[in-house]
Amino acid sequence: MFEIGLTHYLVVATLLFVMGIFVMITKRNAIGILIGVEMVLNGANINLVAFNRYNGMSNIDGQITSLFVIVLAAAEAALAVAICMNFYKNLNTVDVDHGDTLAG
Amino acid sequence: MKLLTLAAPIIVVMLVAIAPAFAVDTDLTLSEQGIQRSADGGLLEALMFYVCAAVVLGSGLAICLSKNIVRMAVYLFGTLASVALMYFLLLANFIGVIQLIVYAGGTLILLIFGVMLTSKSPWAKFDVKRNELIAAGVVCALFACLLLFVVVNAEWPLETDAVVVGSSMTQFGVGLLTNYLVPFEAMSVLLLVVMIGAAYMARQE
Amino acid sequence: MTQFSVPWKQSPPIEHRGPARGIVALARFVYKVATPIVSRFPGPILIAAIVFSTLAVWAHWELFGWVETIAVSDLNGSANSIWGQSLTVAEIGAYLESKSVFAGGILKYLLWPLQMELFRDLVGLAAIFQLFNLIPVYAIWWERKVAGRIQSRMGPMRVGGWHGWAQSFADGVKLVAKEDLVPAQADGMLFRIAPYLAFVPSLLAFLCFPLGSYWVFRNVDVALIFIVAMVGVEVVGVIMAGWASNNKWSVYGAMREACQMVSYEIPMTTVLLVPIMTAGTLNMVQIGDMQSGGWFTWNAFHNPFTFIAFITYYIASLANCKRAPFDLPESESELVAGFHTEYSGFRWSLFFFAEYAAMFVVSGLAVTLFLGAWHTPLPATWAFEENSLFNVLLNGILFSSPFWFIFKCFIFIYIQLWIRWTLPRIRIDQVLYSCVQVMFPIACIALVGHAVWMVLLDGTMVSTVIRWVLGLMMAAVTFGFLSVAAFGYRNGRRMVGYLAVKQLPGS
Repeated sequence: MFEIGLTHYLVVATLLFVMGIFVMITKRNAIGILIGVEMVLNGANINLVAFNRYNGMSNIDGQITSLFVIVLAAAEAALAVAICMNFYKNLNTVDVDHGDTLAG
Repeated sequence: MKLLTLAAPIIVVMLVAIAPAFAVDTDLTLSEQGIQRSADGGLLEALMFYVCAAVVLGSGLAICLSKNIVRMAVYLFGTLASVALMYFLLLANFIGVIQLIVYAGGTLILLIFGVMLTSKSPWAKFDVKRNELIAAGVVCALFACLLLFVVVNAEWPLETDAVVVGSSMTQFGVGLLTNYLVPFEAMSVLLLVVMIGAAYMARQE
Repeated sequence: MTQFSVPWKQSPPIEHRGPARGIVALARFVYKVATPIVSRFPGPILIAAIVFSTLAVWAHWELFGWVETIAVSDLNGSANSIWGQSLTVAEIGAYLESKSVFAGGILKYLLWPLQMELFRDLVGLAAIFQLFNLIPVYAIWWERKVAGRIQSRMGPMRVGGWHGWAQSFADGVKLVAKEDLVPAQADGMLFRIAPYLAFVPSLLAFLCFPLGSYWVFRNVDVALIFIVAMVGVEVVGVIMAGWASNNKWSVYGAMREACQMVSYEIPMTTVLLVPIMTAGTLNMVQIGDMQSGGWFTWNAFHNPFTFIAFITYYIASLANCKRAPFDLPESESELVAGFHTEYSGFRWSLFFFAEYAAMFVVSGLAVTLFLGAWHTPLPATWAFEENSLFNVLLNGILFSSPFWFIFKCFIFIYIQLWIRWTLPRIRIDQVLYSCVQVMFPIACIALVGHAVWMVLLDGTMVSTVIRWVLGLMMAAVTFGFLSVAAFGYRNGRRMVGYLAVKQLPGS
């Protein structure tokens, strides 16, 4: 209980990951979906750093990978916000259910 | 009584200030090699971990349940900050500060900015059908059970040393310019592409 | 308090009950004792503070040296737990006696708790919190004095006697006593927590903020990025405050803050890479200690590009802590008060604490990274070797001490105030134009130029000459400012209301 190991971090990461997926599924606001994506990425990142820490820290592969994930997440957020603004400009809402003009 | 209600937030602020102070635990003489810590961090590390985990999961749950998009962004701030604290606990100082500066200082503000530019009222609601909600909940719960089962029961290959030395900035610098040079360069090209793309998409007609 | 006759009706003093009575009595007592002393001896008190801070650093360093040596020499290699070593008071006393330390009998009881890391951390946190409180209090008082002088008036003169030194404390009491209003249409939860979101990060920045080589709470290897991140995170609270107020002026302020912060962080961080490249580390203590060889070894004078970087950093930092001419988020002439229009009382004061602490932090970054941190212009290699009390004091005053660090920071805060009260506010499009099309290219040029300089010219004769030229230029500018200030002090016109203030009762 008071000895923190790899499993503790993995459990937290898993729960965060699943919550992120839940947010992605249930929110209708495009920005809300983006928040879900960020949670998923954070969950994955905790995994990477935790595996790195509990494998002796002789190399930092996990940390560098999580650095790349953070950079990708920032890039993705910038693009996604631009897409949201275009969505809003075209449809006058950010409810993703209204984005079905191509559905025929 | 009024004094007490005013003092309570200050005490909370002090506690919040204490938290990262113990997570960022380093020794003056060892700053060259990064952090060094005995592998069993003891009671304090356990306590810090549980506090961080509680904030991560609590604010995650709050995001799931909240209907107001700006409040969701604030809860996300809680998640991001306590994940950064977890990185400090995992001896990944650099990742921790990058998490703070990129996520909490950059991405989150971008998100809030997006909310401000695209919302008509702070209370605008986007309702989900109840059966959709139930279906999503059931699927996610099952998925969580599956993942937790795997995570708890798997045998992870662990290296256990008595003393763990944290990563140093030198390791990062050398790593990014030797083993990880190609992904690093690819990342810089990607960032340029994203910059141009975002500027193109968000431009005024 | 002196009661003087006024033509209007004065309400009788309020009778306090319960614990408030004791607090009020204590505050009155402190005020009554402190006022005449501070009014009579402002200069000696300042000098005593300098001496005290210098000696305190020395005592702190020596004490910790002792505790560490006791811990190392006496224990047979047991693990260092968070509770530290378990030495008894008697063992410490014996060690002190062997060193024939003055007042060892009392000192051993004081030293004993210091071996516990948790206790040391709590003491350090308390000290940081006090510093964090006192800096805004005096920065606000000073801002009012400077604003007054620039507008040919006196500024606060009444509370406490000497130049209204207790004005900010009085304001604090007033703000705490004010009603905590939450607008009916506001998002209550966000509105209540937003000030804390702004306040806590700027407090956290002080955790790894070194005031001297040995005066740092956590000497983290990534301290610099941590501090920059904390200054950046502060903005979340500001945006939340503006949004939650549900007031169009506040939302405008919040949006301006958001786009201003996000854009100015880029040139600021780019420019910070220049001293990082010179020093080769992100550890603030190491960066500071590298500049100990006199004013021409300070990073700002390393080459022309670092000098450009320094100027660019300072301008970007003005925008980053929303000071004039970039104070668009709270521009009082267009947006009432921007993001804190709806706030009152204690929560309002939290925003001000956050803002003035951020001013100190960005000035401190400028000082640590570019202008020699806690070192004086004299090279620290000249310092006296022998550790007598007098030498320690002289070393502190002449070569390096936290006092010098705070002094330099306050010079930069003074320049911020000066800019605020003399320059007009610029428009938001001008703010963004100056960031994206002026500051960012300059920052990139400084970065690339510095890199090229480091490869081609570092360590050559040219580099040394340039360093001296830049240093002498800066010294000449400083001397010029000082002489202008001295001229103004002698020949400036009298303040408006100077005589009136002299004649007011109670002053």
